[in-house]
Amino acid sequence: MDISLQQVGYLYGKDTPFEKRALQGVDATIRSGSYSAIIGHTGSGKSTLLMHLNGLLKPSEGIVKIGDTTITAGTKAKGLKEVRRHVGIVFQFPEHQLFEETVEKDIMFGPMNFGVPEEEARRRAHRLIELLGLPPEVAQQSPFDLSGGQMRRVAIAGVLAFKPSVLVLDEPTAGLDPRGRLEIMELFNRLHVEEKLTTILVTHSMEDAARYADNIIVMHNGSSVMSGTPQEVFADEKKLTSFRLGLPRSVKFQRDVEKLIGRPLQGLALTEAQLAKAIAFAAKEEGGR
Amino acid sequence: MLEKMIFGRYIPGNSFVHKLDPRSKLSFVFLFIIGVFLANNTITYAVLLGFTLLVILSSRIRLYFLFNGLKPILFLIIFTLLMHIFFTKEGALLVDWKFIKIYEEGVRQGIFISIRFLVLVLLTSILTLTTSPISITDGMEDLLGPFKRLKLPVHELALMMSISLRFIPTLMDETDKILKAQLARGSDISTGSIKQRIRAVIPLLVPLFVSAFKRAEDLAVAMEVRGYRGGEGRTRYRQLKWHWRDTTIMVLLAALVVVLFLLRA
Repeated sequence: MDISLQQVGYLYGKDTPFEKRALQGVDATIRSGSYSAIIGHTGSGKSTLLMHLNGLLKPSEGIVKIGDTTITAGTKAKGLKEVRRHVGIVFQFPEHQLFEETVEKDIMFGPMNFGVPEEEARRRAHRLIELLGLPPEVAQQSPFDLSGGQMRRVAIAGVLAFKPSVLVLDEPTAGLDPRGRLEIMELFNRLHVEEKLTTILVTHSMEDAARYADNIIVMHNGSSVMSGTPQEVFADEKKLTSFRLGLPRSVKFQRDVEKLIGRPLQGLALTEAQLAKAIAFAAKEEGGR
Repeated sequence: MLEKMIFGRYIPGNSFVHKLDPRSKLSFVFLFIIGVFLANNTITYAVLLGFTLLVILSSRIRLYFLFNGLKPILFLIIFTLLMHIFFTKEGALLVDWKFIKIYEEGVRQGIFISIRFLVLVLLTSILTLTTSPISITDGMEDLLGPFKRLKLPVHELALMMSISLRFIPTLMDETDKILKAQLARGSDISTGSIKQRIRAVIPLLVPLFVSAFKRAEDLAVAMEVRGYRGGEGRTRYRQLKWHWRDTTIMVLLAALVVVLFLLRA
């Protein structure tokens, strides 16, 4: 499902003394099947932007197009449920949305709201419990008895259960330990490839953006200020710094190496593996001389 | 979604009403509420309404915003108005159409009660809109001070009040967040039958209560590690000061009461 935003603006508390502008003139295009990362400093409007992606917020100005649905300020709330069925959002700290008596029932909540039969919903719940690496017996436990990391996984399962074709992730790994972080990010990546999802990742981590995304949108002060492939975006360190963002660690290391040997390495190392290869290649060349 | 609500919210400002001492504002509102019941004819209700308008104007809060925020209450006021109009059967018959009979006294009382209601809601809203929760509790603690002799835990009561006031916006934000998360999972609160809507509230309330309890516990721990031990021997950084303005509004209130007494039927 293609998503496009044209000149989107949003004001919180419109017409009250608390009125505050969160977005202004945001343009973005997210192609079906792409893995996009939205990066930006705290308060740059990332989270507000993502709530426009399934009609939770309607733009005060401009147009949001999700597949065949067009959302503007005047759009009625009625048709938006259909959009939400196709666009799943995993919010920041999603474990706060758990409420059912058992994990199984909580995961089934989403699909049953969207009209999936009970048996099918239960089957999906059990499959997801396994997929997310939770022990099978948690299905009948209360979600409130689980550890924080397990609750996070259950909440993520609750969104995956209605099989959205677009998956929006708002810092899904915040507050997890490094191993849990890697596991969850790898899982999303696998789902992205296997289920041909359109994935949109809102993140603070330049490393995750560089490693997984094929399209990056940079937000600053409520506007989209830069977009392109990771190679394009991370090549322009000066511009990124002006938006209070840095480079991924591998690119930073590459720049240090380049300073040391006095010439640029080939390409842009977005992962450790690419970095190692680039350095090895350079070392071989040096040896050949 | 909930950002238009104004109950318990504070709008910082620099108006005459903002600068008043919370003690004078609290006593003013308390006495005014009693005073409202003095009104019993057209002139006295007009005086009340005029006085309230004066207070609103001197607080420099935009009228549009105030009435927008009071919409849910306005509904209640209109409801009482209609109840009175249709069910009071006194005075001259005004309208007699099929089964609808409207009497003069009904209209009169309906309007009076609505004005009374409106004036009370407006004035108490102005109190919370122009006074920060902290000063409200400080004022409350001070005013209830004499009851300490009767072993009333005044400080603790004031603290409880300030904590609950302090957490209203926090819990509102939280509700909004949870609401959005459940909406994203296909929950639907604004459509469907009443039964369906009530069921849709459960996914909202459970997480809200869970987080409220967790917050309460966190707050208790945070207070304890900072050595909180109740009100005994506690001094205050913000001292309340009684100014000429405070005396002025108390005198104005007295004048209002006298006027009401003279003009009432």
